[in-house]
Amino acid sequence: MPVGAQRKPRKRKKTRGNAFYLGISAVSVGAVLTLWWIASRNAWVNPLFLPTPADVWYAFADIAKEGYKGSSLPAHIAASLRRIFIALAFIFVTAVPLGIICGRIRWIQAIFDPFVEFYRPLPPLAYYSLLVLWFGIQDTSKIVLLFLSGFAPLFIAAVHSSRRVPVDRFNGAKSLGAKGWRLYVYVIFPSCLPDLLTGLRTTVGITYATLVAAEMIAAVSGVGWMVLDASKYLRSDIIYAAIIIMGVIAILIDTALRLLIKRVSPWVES
Amino acid sequence: MTVEGTSASMPPRGAWTSAPSVDRSSVTTETEGAEGAEGIKLDGISLTYNQRRSPVHALKGIDLDLASDDFVCVLGPSGCGKSSLLNIIAGYLEPTEGSVWIGGTEHIEPNAQVGVVFQHANLFPWLTIAKNIEFGVKMARLPREERKRRVDAYLELVGLSHAGSQLPHQLSGGMKQRAAIARTLATDPSIVLMDEPFSALDALTRESMQLHLRSIWQKTRKCIFFITHDVDEALLLGRRIVIMHPNPGCIVQDFMNPVFVPEGEVSFSDARAGKEFVELRRFLIAQIAVGSESGSEIENVSRSGADKRTALL
Repeated sequence: MPVGAQRKPRKRKKTRGNAFYLGISAVSVGAVLTLWWIASRNAWVNPLFLPTPADVWYAFADIAKEGYKGSSLPAHIAASLRRIFIALAFIFVTAVPLGIICGRIRWIQAIFDPFVEFYRPLPPLAYYSLLVLWFGIQDTSKIVLLFLSGFAPLFIAAVHSSRRVPVDRFNGAKSLGAKGWRLYVYVIFPSCLPDLLTGLRTTVGITYATLVAAEMIAAVSGVGWMVLDASKYLRSDIIYAAIIIMGVIAILIDTALRLLIKRVSPWVES
Repeated sequence: MTVEGTSASMPPRGAWTSAPSVDRSSVTTETEGAEGAEGIKLDGISLTYNQRRSPVHALKGIDLDLASDDFVCVLGPSGCGKSSLLNIIAGYLEPTEGSVWIGGTEHIEPNAQVGVVFQHANLFPWLTIAKNIEFGVKMARLPREERKRRVDAYLELVGLSHAGSQLPHQLSGGMKQRAAIARTLATDPSIVLMDEPFSALDALTRESMQLHLRSIWQKTRKCIFFITHDVDEALLLGRRIVIMHPNPGCIVQDFMNPVFVPEGEVSFSDARAGKEFVELRRFLIAQIAVGSESGSEIENVSRSGADKRTALL
């Protein structure tokens, strides 16, 4: 630096906390709600397509208080969640062990691979009619549909995560005396767990979307069914309220999963 | 085996500018007694990788006898087959010819009898340090009280009694490596294999770890088979030095370390400054340099081979 020249004060990059970014998100949501309110109040869009936020709120309050078509709102939500959680439980106890074993033993993977690869790209609703034929219109067909739609993503996550267990970790465990099923339970499964929970997030997203679609086709309860039923009477306020309920439930489930991932695999975060 | 008893196998003092003769007969004689107990014997180990054009001989005719309390440092240029040899002793790789014998039994598959410490600590990230150390003991199905006793004892041995409840990612590199050593020793193996365990550490931590390891060895007297690229490290730690050359990988020098420092007598920094240490280091570097040509091909082949063998169950 030449003599006498003055160094410009360097701008220091500010480190911002989570509150700052949460604030931005809140402002963003507020802006959209305001735009919605202005557009609906000034009747820029037909109220049939876009009810006011106040109408949606009243519809929600009414459903929450009086229920919808003979069942309370919690009962509709519980019906949806029951289907999804039963399916997820079956998915977890089958896709995870099978995927881990397939990831480690190629000939077993060769048995299952053609079937998984065949049905994986199919839209779940394409074979829903078959499931209704086989299992009837009650919950069983919906649970089987959710199981099939969510099995493949978690299975594939399990296959890939078990293949990626570091060789040194695997060998090190064997040198510590682990072998057979103990190797799977104490080393491979915990190694895969962060990837499995990430896969579970994807699975929950897919099964949730499928659930709502299935309820729209054949059901007499559930949040998805509420949307379909309200559309028959052109009650867009109820449709909007039900969609917002679905979105909030999805966000809550995803947040719970993210917290679980953080809790069971803190080393991944760091 | 005593330190005094090693003089027969040493190269002559003050003659480090010329190659000492490879005198393994005296070493073998010394370790024969231990073979029947927990001694380790490598008998004609060869390893060949079948490549498309021609087979590559990674190791050929390796014979080595290790006493149950040996501290052997293995030096050699990249690609000389040091890690392949370690993988064979551990049971991760199957030799093309020859066998590994531990206490009179052929060692074929990895088990707790042969402990391994890797270049990176390789701890289970989901377990606390105490649980990591307990892992091998748990696999051996020892009673809970015995498990706790061993965990406490080995945490204390490596100076980590205060860190037992922490997760590996919360510790420094040196602490992790100490925990890895404790985890390996807790299963009471016959031999501990170490594959450049301190190479990823900074200089200060490395020296501290070397002192720790020497202290641990003095207390436990476990047989340690220590691979390193660092000549100083080999001279400071190894009671016995083995030098390997590539094409094919073989042992060209095997002698008792004449500058081996018994614990407490001389500090590592003093030992490094000694005239004999400096001369021996120069000699060893020259020895390694002789074999450093054309080693890379075998290194690449052996790595891919080892990965394939261990990638799946």
